[in-house]
Amino acid sequence: MLKPNTPVSGPHRADHLLIAEMVEPGSRVLDVGCGDGALLQLLADTKNADGRGVELSRERVNACVMRGLSVIQGDADRDLADYPDRAFDYAILSLTIQATRHPKTVLENLLRIGRRAIVSFPNFGHWRIRADLLFTGRMPQTANLPDTWYASPNGHLCTIKDFDDLAALLNADVEEAVAFNSSGKRLPIRHSLSLQNLLGEKAVFLLRQRT
Amino acid sequence: MSTHPTVTGIDTDTGRNLRLAEANSPSSKVLRLPESEPLRLACDQLLAPISIAYETYGELNADKSNAILVCHALTADQYAASQHPVTKKPGWWSTIIGPGKPVDTNRYFVICSNILGGCMGSTGPASIDPKTGSPYALNFPVITIGDMVNAQARLIDHLGIDQLFCVIGGSMGGMQVLEWAASHPERVFSAVPIATAAGHSSQNIAFHEVGRQAVMADPDWCGGDYHSHGKVPRNGLSVARMAAHITYLSEDALHRKFGRNLQERSKVTFSFNADFQVESYLRHQGSTFVDRFDANSYLYITRAMDYFDLANERGDILANAFRGTKTRFCVVSFTSDWLYPTRESREIVHALNAVAANVSFVEIDSDKGHDAFLLEEPEFFATVRGFLSAAGVKRGLKV
Repeated sequence: MLKPNTPVSGPHRADHLLIAEMVEPGSRVLDVGCGDGALLQLLADTKNADGRGVELSRERVNACVMRGLSVIQGDADRDLADYPDRAFDYAILSLTIQATRHPKTVLENLLRIGRRAIVSFPNFGHWRIRADLLFTGRMPQTANLPDTWYASPNGHLCTIKDFDDLAALLNADVEEAVAFNSSGKRLPIRHSLSLQNLLGEKAVFLLRQRT
Repeated sequence: MSTHPTVTGIDTDTGRNLRLAEANSPSSKVLRLPESEPLRLACDQLLAPISIAYETYGELNADKSNAILVCHALTADQYAASQHPVTKKPGWWSTIIGPGKPVDTNRYFVICSNILGGCMGSTGPASIDPKTGSPYALNFPVITIGDMVNAQARLIDHLGIDQLFCVIGGSMGGMQVLEWAASHPERVFSAVPIATAAGHSSQNIAFHEVGRQAVMADPDWCGGDYHSHGKVPRNGLSVARMAAHITYLSEDALHRKFGRNLQERSKVTFSFNADFQVESYLRHQGSTFVDRFDANSYLYITRAMDYFDLANERGDILANAFRGTKTRFCVVSFTSDWLYPTRESREIVHALNAVAANVSFVEIDSDKGHDAFLLEEPEFFATVRGFLSAAGVKRGLKV
């Protein structure tokens, strides 16, 4: 059990640091699938954010609340519909969208609830995954995606290009797309989605619903 | 050999006199509001004069920003963290309130008042009606959770507190918390409704009706006028308590505690004596309850809970109760509570989400049923401690 109000000490997750860079100071933030609250704590500490979390695991929710974070037990697929439009400056989904049952509906809700949505996900288009599938003929297992196909919680894996397509389908502008590798290093590629898709192990997108 | 469920507790006359004394001149602090300051009740009657009996723990700070109001459940009272004057037992929430405890009296000023309609010193059916010189009994008006909260607000006014740092309570106490947050939002910085619901369920109304009918079926109830007949509806009230007590526990907890164990005998006696431990336990619960509680109070308070429905008063949309709220909420439920199941807490959370309120929600894993909120559950305590500490930082309280 975590002690109440103990700050999360580093090292921070790479995608969390990239997400934190995208968030304006003093914002209202909803973190969907907030886990142990590390991102909420990081945003509170570094961006003075007013954060809320939703988390599926009861144990993790309770640990968050004990630490003074505002978190509820809930499900991205089921509970986002409750929230009113534009209730938050940012609705964030970090490394969770691939595990939801209805990623499109979840993303629609994020774009509706937040003035902006920030989504990070593992990139299934990375060259090593492509090569794995090509040469072994089996579902790839990498450091990023270590589970077997039958034990994996990730029912909806996608590539950076796939995600970009979904954003377009939902009428969302991509304000920023950052690909990074497993050590959290941001790739120095800005303008080629194809290269990001080939070389990025994970990605973070900053989206805004077109009005 | 008695087949009545009662076991002799305190001698009847002594018990009755002690209860009537506490109902009218309590051992605790008491605020007496004069005839000129009546309370307008939901039933549209004016009630005056009014007494509000209360206890406080800890010190109110200079800017009066550290006050926590503890709201009690159906049969509890203001003695949340101090010895009960009738039973001599420690306060009903003394595990959670005190120096260094989750509701830390070194940091917070804790107030707990006996509810309107209660029988431990706040105005209720056992109080002397100044117009007649005898207890109100059934002349007492039917009150609501909202009336209880409005009476508490008078006490908070009297203590000079504009905004409570927190309002916290379980079960019917949780209903008061929700009512505070809905009706006096600017006076509630944070709110912790525990093991409760925004409206009393049909099943719960049904259980209450069983209890009330048991009281009223007792000839010693005397149509509510037992005080003037020198009687106490012991059997009726104790049956009501026995039935209610079952709803506070879980099947697992009962089974673990008693199983089918026999009470001080090796085989069943082919009689209606308390052969089973669970029977003996319930009879004891019923009997000790009668020693400390007024039967008419039980009728009035259960009625107030039945009438509670926050959404109904607001176009049947619960979210309307919390629109624009700035209060920080921490909703708590327990897995084995079937009287106020997690589903009902979740409805509160959904309504709070619909207005983008600041809300935390935890479901505590416990097999102890509804009563878990009164027991030392480490995860529950850590939640309350963590939530209050974080709210305290936002409130600017010194650590």
